[in-house]
Amino acid sequence: MNLRVLWFVLLGVLLAGYAVLDGFDLGVGILHPGARDDRERRIFMNSIGPLWDGNEVWLVTFGGALFAAFPEAYATAFSAFYPAFMILLCALIFRAVSMEFRSKRDSRVWRRAWDGAFFLSSLTAAVLFGAAVGDSMLGIPLTAAHEYAGGFWDLLRPYALLVGALNAAMFAMHGAIYLHLKTEGELQRRVRRWMWHSFGVFLTLYLLTTIVTLIRVPRAIANFAEMPWLWGLVVAEVLALANIPRSLYLRRSGQAFVSSTAAIAALVALFGAALYPNLIVSSLDPAGTLTIANAASSQRTLGIMAFIAAAGLPFVLAYTAIIYWVFRGKVELGKFSY
Amino acid sequence: MTLDPVVLARVQFALTVMFHYLFPPLSIGLGALLVMMEGAYHWTGDEEWERLARFWTKVFAVNFALGVATGIVMEFQFGTNWSTYSRFVGDVFGSALAAEGVFAFFLESGFLAVLVFGWDRVSKRAHFFATVMVALGATFSAVWIVIANSWQQTPAGFALVAHHGVMRAEITDFWAMVFNPSSVQRLVHVMLGAYATGAAFVASVSAYYVLKGRHGNLARKSLALSVLFGAAACLAIPASGDTQARTVARTQPAKLAAFEGLYRTQARAPLSLIGWPDDARRETRFGVAIPGLLSFLVHGRVDAPVTGLDAFKAEDLPPVAASFLLYHAMVALGVLLAALFAVSAWRLRGGRLFGDRLLLRALVAGVGAATAANQLGWCAAEVGRQPWIVYGLLRTKDAVSPSVPGRDILASIVMFGVVYALLFVLWLGLLDAKIRRGPEEAEAPRPGGFLGAAAELADPSGGSLTGEEEGR
Repeated sequence: MNLRVLWFVLLGVLLAGYAVLDGFDLGVGILHPGARDDRERRIFMNSIGPLWDGNEVWLVTFGGALFAAFPEAYATAFSAFYPAFMILLCALIFRAVSMEFRSKRDSRVWRRAWDGAFFLSSLTAAVLFGAAVGDSMLGIPLTAAHEYAGGFWDLLRPYALLVGALNAAMFAMHGAIYLHLKTEGELQRRVRRWMWHSFGVFLTLYLLTTIVTLIRVPRAIANFAEMPWLWGLVVAEVLALANIPRSLYLRRSGQAFVSSTAAIAALVALFGAALYPNLIVSSLDPAGTLTIANAASSQRTLGIMAFIAAAGLPFVLAYTAIIYWVFRGKVELGKFSY
Repeated sequence: MTLDPVVLARVQFALTVMFHYLFPPLSIGLGALLVMMEGAYHWTGDEEWERLARFWTKVFAVNFALGVATGIVMEFQFGTNWSTYSRFVGDVFGSALAAEGVFAFFLESGFLAVLVFGWDRVSKRAHFFATVMVALGATFSAVWIVIANSWQQTPAGFALVAHHGVMRAEITDFWAMVFNPSSVQRLVHVMLGAYATGAAFVASVSAYYVLKGRHGNLARKSLALSVLFGAAACLAIPASGDTQARTVARTQPAKLAAFEGLYRTQARAPLSLIGWPDDARRETRFGVAIPGLLSFLVHGRVDAPVTGLDAFKAEDLPPVAASFLLYHAMVALGVLLAALFAVSAWRLRGGRLFGDRLLLRALVAGVGAATAANQLGWCAAEVGRQPWIVYGLLRTKDAVSPSVPGRDILASIVMFGVVYALLFVLWLGLLDAKIRRGPEEAEAPRPGGFLGAAAELADPSGGSLTGEEEGR
C-alpha cells in the first residue's frame, strides 16, 4: 500500500481510538450532573480516574502523527481553527485538573465548582470535536497558499453545530453504557434509563445528520461509486447501531458497549471515506484543498514513521489491555480514589 | 497600537512553555527518586521506604496531571501559532514528536494509573515495575523533545527541498537528525537539571519536616536520599555544561559570544563572571573577568582566538544582554545549588545535617533555585538561538501563522494568563495540603512523637511550606 494512504488510514485508527476511548470519558463528564450526591459524583469520576489520561494520549498522538505525516494539513487546520483550539485547550486543561482537584477539599463550594468545570469542559470538548468534523465535511475557505481566509464565526455553521450535538449525544450514550458496567444498585438502575434516553437522542440526531449530509455534502459519497466495498462500513454501522437497543433490551451491557464502540469506530471510518483523498477541503480556491498528496511529508519520513508505529503499536495495545484489565470491575472508592 | 503577531506569539509560547516546564523536571526527578525508594523497599524490606514511596507518589500524581494538561497546549501551539514553522520542519520534527507519543506518552500514562491507583490492585513487584516504566516513560519523552529542540539548534540529517513551491526541510538521514551535534549533550544536561530539581523538591519538603520535627525517621531517610541524589546530579552538571558550551562555540558561535558577552573576536578571551553587556558601547561593563579562561575552556589553549559578536551581521545576532544575564544567572544558581547539595551531603556523615537548622532552611529554599535554574537555562538556550527559530535556516519572524491576527493571539494570551494563574495558585494550595498532611505513619497517632507534637503545638499554623515561599 502507498505510504500516504497508509498514514491516512493510521490517522483514522488513532482518531477512532481516541473517539472510542475518550468518548466514554467525555460522556461520563456530560452525564456527571445526573449524579445525586457526593458519593455518586466520586463514583463517576473514579470510573474513569485511572484511564482518562491514557485515553487522552490518543489525541496527543493523533496530533503528533498529523504533524509528522501531513504537516501542511496540521499547520492549516490548527491555525484556521485558532479560537476553537484555544477553547478546546482550555476545556482539556479544566477537565484534567477538575478531576485532580475536586475531591481534595471538603468544601461544598469547592466541589460544586469543580463538578461544574468537569461537566462544562467535557461537553465543550465533545461539541468542538464534532463541530471540527462538521467543518471538515463542509470545507473551509482556504487560499491557494493553504492559508485560512475566514473568521471564527465562519466555523460556527448550523451543520457544524449539528455534528457537534451529534457527537455530544454519541459520547453521552457511550458514557452511559460504560457507567452501567461500572456501577451497581440504585445508581445503575438510573444509568440504565439514561442509556435509553441518550440512545434516543443520538439516533434522532444521527438520522438528521445523515440526511443533511447527503443533501449538503454530495461529495461525501463520491468514493462509494469507485470503492463499493465502502458500503461494508455502512452495513457495519447500521448493524452496530441496531445491536445497541437489542443488547440494552436483553440487559447485556457488555455487548452494548462493544456495539457502541463499533458504531463510533465505523462512524470515524465513514468520515474518512467521505474525505479521502482530501484532508481539508477548500471552499474558496480549489487549489487550496489539502490532499494526502500535497500535504504529506516525504516518503522517507512516512516510511520511518511507519517503522516507529509498527515497533510501538504492539506495546501501546499491550499497555492499554493491561491497564483495562487491572482496573476492571465496579468502581470502589478507596483511599487512592479521587 | 498595532499588535505584532510575532511578538505576541513569542510571548504566548514563552508563557505557556515556562509554565509547562515547572512540571516535567519535577516528574522526571521525582520519578527517579520513586524508583529508588520503591527499589530500596524491595531490596531491604524496610517498610518505611514503601510509606515514603506512597507519599511521594501522591505528590507526583498532582504534578504529572498538570504536566499533561499544560503539555497538550505545547503540542497544539506549533500548529496554531507557528504554522509556517510547522510546514517547514514537519517532515523532520514531526517524526520525533510522533515517536514521543508512541514510545513515551502511552508508556507513561498507562503505567501511571497502576502507580497511583494500583497499590492494592497489583502485586508489589508489578507495582515496582509500573514505577520503573513511568520513570522510563518520562525519560523517553524528554529524549524526543530534546532531540527535536536540538535539531532546531544544530540542524543535521536533512535537505532543503521545494515542496509544491515552498521550501522545507526533509529528512535525509534519520539517525543524523536524532544524533545531531547537540542532542546528546543537551539531553544529558536537561536530565541532570531535572534530577537536581526533583532532588531539591524532595529535599525541601523533607528538610521542612525535619525542621518541624515531624515524621521522624521517614523525613530523615527522604532527606538523606534526596541530598545524595541531588549532590550526584549537581556534581555532574558542570562537566555536562562545559562540553555543551564547547559544542555551542563550534556550532552556534554567535550564541556563545552572546552568553559570554564577548563583543570582540580575540585570543586570550576572558571569562566574565559578572558584568553588564552594553550594546551601545560594544563592551561588557562593570565586569569581573578571568583573562584567557574562555579561550582555555573552549579550545584548551589560553592563546586560542574565540569568535566574538563582531564576526556577525547585526541581523544575525541574538539579544546580547538578555542572553548574557540569563546564562550567567543559570550558572550562578547552579553553582549555589551544587554547593548546597555538596555541603549537605558532607554534613550527612554522622547525621549532623539533621541538627543543622541553617542548612535545613537553605535546603527548604533550594527548590526555588533549582526551578529557576531550569527555567533560566531554557530561556538562555532559546533566546541565544535568536533571531533564528531553526538555526541558520528559518528566522523566528518568518515562522508564525499568517492567518492568525494579533488580536486572537492577545485574547488567547489573556486566557492562558488567567487560567495558568488560577492553576498555579491551586497547585501550590494542593501541594501545601499534601505536604502538611505528610506521609502516613505506621502506628504512632502523633506524627514525630512527643517532640513533633510539641513542635506542632508551638506552631499552631502548621507552618505552611508554600505559604512561606509565597511570602518570600
